Amino acid sequence: MSIEKTLSRVTEKMIDSRPAPSDSIGAVAWLRTNLFAGPINTLFTLFALYLVYLLVVPSLQWALIDASWSGTSREDCTGEGACWVFISARLDQFIYGFYPSEETWRVDIVFAVFAALIAWLAIPKLPAKGWVAIVTLAVFPFIAYFLLHGGSFGLEIVGTHEWGGLMLTLVLAVVGIVAALPLGILLALGRRSEMPIVKSICVVFIEFWRGVPLITVLFMASVMLPLFVPGEVNLDKLVRALIGITLFQSAYMAEVVRGGLQAIPKGQTEAGMALGLGYWRNMGLIVLPQALKLMIPGIVNTFIALFKDTSLVLIIGLFDLLAIVQAGLADPKWLGYSIEGYAFVALVFWVFCFSMSRYSQYLERLLHTGHKKR
Amino acid sequence: MTTTTSASQGNTGADERPMIELKGLNKWYGDFHVLRDINLSVRKGERIVICGPSGSGKSTMIRCINHLEEHQEGDIVVNGMPLTQDIKQIEAIRRNVGMVFQHFNLFPHLTVLENCCLAPIWVQKRPRREAEAEAMKYLERVRIADQAHKFPGQLSGGQQQRVAIARSLCLSPEVMLFDEPTSALDPEMIKEVLDVMVELANEGMTMLCVTHEMGFAKTVADRVIFMDQGQIIEENAPEPFFNNPQSERTQLFLSQILGH
Repeated sequence: MSIEKTLSRVTEKMIDSRPAPSDSIGAVAWLRTNLFAGPINTLFTLFALYLVYLLVVPSLQWALIDASWSGTSREDCTGEGACWVFISARLDQFIYGFYPSEETWRVDIVFAVFAALIAWLAIPKLPAKGWVAIVTLAVFPFIAYFLLHGGSFGLEIVGTHEWGGLMLTLVLAVVGIVAALPLGILLALGRRSEMPIVKSICVVFIEFWRGVPLITVLFMASVMLPLFVPGEVNLDKLVRALIGITLFQSAYMAEVVRGGLQAIPKGQTEAGMALGLGYWRNMGLIVLPQALKLMIPGIVNTFIALFKDTSLVLIIGLFDLLAIVQAGLADPKWLGYSIEGYAFVALVFWVFCFSMSRYSQYLERLLHTGHKKR
Repeated sequence: MTTTTSASQGNTGADERPMIELKGLNKWYGDFHVLRDINLSVRKGERIVICGPSGSGKSTMIRCINHLEEHQEGDIVVNGMPLTQDIKQIEAIRRNVGMVFQHFNLFPHLTVLENCCLAPIWVQKRPRREAEAEAMKYLERVRIADQAHKFPGQLSGGQQQRVAIARSLCLSPEVMLFDEPTSALDPEMIKEVLDVMVELANEGMTMLCVTHEMGFAKTVADRVIFMDQGQIIEENAPEPFFNNPQSERTQLFLSQILGH
């Protein structure tokens, strides 16, 4: 009887939910646990704040507070602050390169259309994405080419050697990215194939293009590609650079894709095969949609690296954003403002790359909503 | 020692030509001889349960039938179509043979309805409306139509397996293969899946089922086959099989599986 009393316990009254104690939630509590948790913690926090004061305040002082923003020549740069006049005076050249100034409206149109198409594809709620994707991939390149290069519809020809600056960087990066992804997917599928010839070709291709530095690739493309092409065709320097960049990137992309494909359980392919789906339908409907979600961090990583690698085309005489700013720094009228110049370049690159990074995180969160783990 | 007693009369008096025929089937994984001289003949409408210890080759055997595994020797004929290396032939056979997997293998990025419609739309080239209507009929049959717009990740194991069964049925196959369909399920969900399989059997579907559920075998099977080490050791109608197993190995296996 006494054993029953000690072993059994029945809860009679249900406890109502209570709010958490006030000193365990809220901003003060956060500060206390994270920044001022103990004596050593507090010391580190104060030291870090001091470092911030030493570094950030003077930088802001130089860059924003004492800086000169507008004007046309170096005389407008008063004070000890940054001379952003250098940037604002030469901004057109930084953006359009050597594009004739009467024709820059063409570049503006191309940029605007591209931005609109990308926005349409990026914002999830907008409909008809399939059509927009087709237009972007199949129609837009021709529009862009005709507008930028000219030669028809009464537009004056602007040769690719006159393209430069941010415009050229974007052309290189976008074409490289758009071309490298499908090629990379094909290479990855080929590498995983059981057909020995296909597999060997893909392995050799991937290992070769991954094994040489991009600078070497650009040199080779610039010097060797003309040898492979029939005599009358004179491959434009920009085209050569694009081919080199695309082949190089597709090798990296192939390995990222392969990593994603490996993560898909074999049962998925088997279920597809058991339903009578052929290889390509299996890949396109079942495996790749699942794998692409997993590959997003790797793909965006590769894109971001490509975006920055485009600066290397300086080596073959194309003037991307960085090179154009450097050329501007060599101008005797603007000597001594290299910090402003490079800071500007860094900021522009950072804005683009960070935007890609944020979008990819957004995409990952979005695509996981339908894919709850068991 | 091999004991084969001819199957007792099956379901309806169907065609003379067997639905599935395995003749002298041999398969190796590298050097390992996994299927040894399998001979099996399945009539239309027949329900076969295959049991045996793990590693006996039961799953491998039924996976050879729809070419998920490749055999090195022997002939496989499904509904009059010989299984060759020709991809067209293989896909034709796969359209006729439905398969239900132990781990369901539903497509997590598609809803239940889309899972079922995928094959009718892309393999049978049917218009979407028609495929969806048909899929809803099968989903109702397995009693899961109210979950049609959910994703597989939101369903329980038993529900997922029922969807998997409906998905295979949407192609109107002549044969259904079940590879341990309830082995990955919690006990309280096994019944709902078995019920669906029993209904399917009662409607005359030709079924080959690898399973440990002996209750199912007793209720529904026309023939029970015991396999061990890649060979068919014994096959018989359920009654004589369970009550009077001829081979020692069968007796040992049955004592282990029915013991607890």
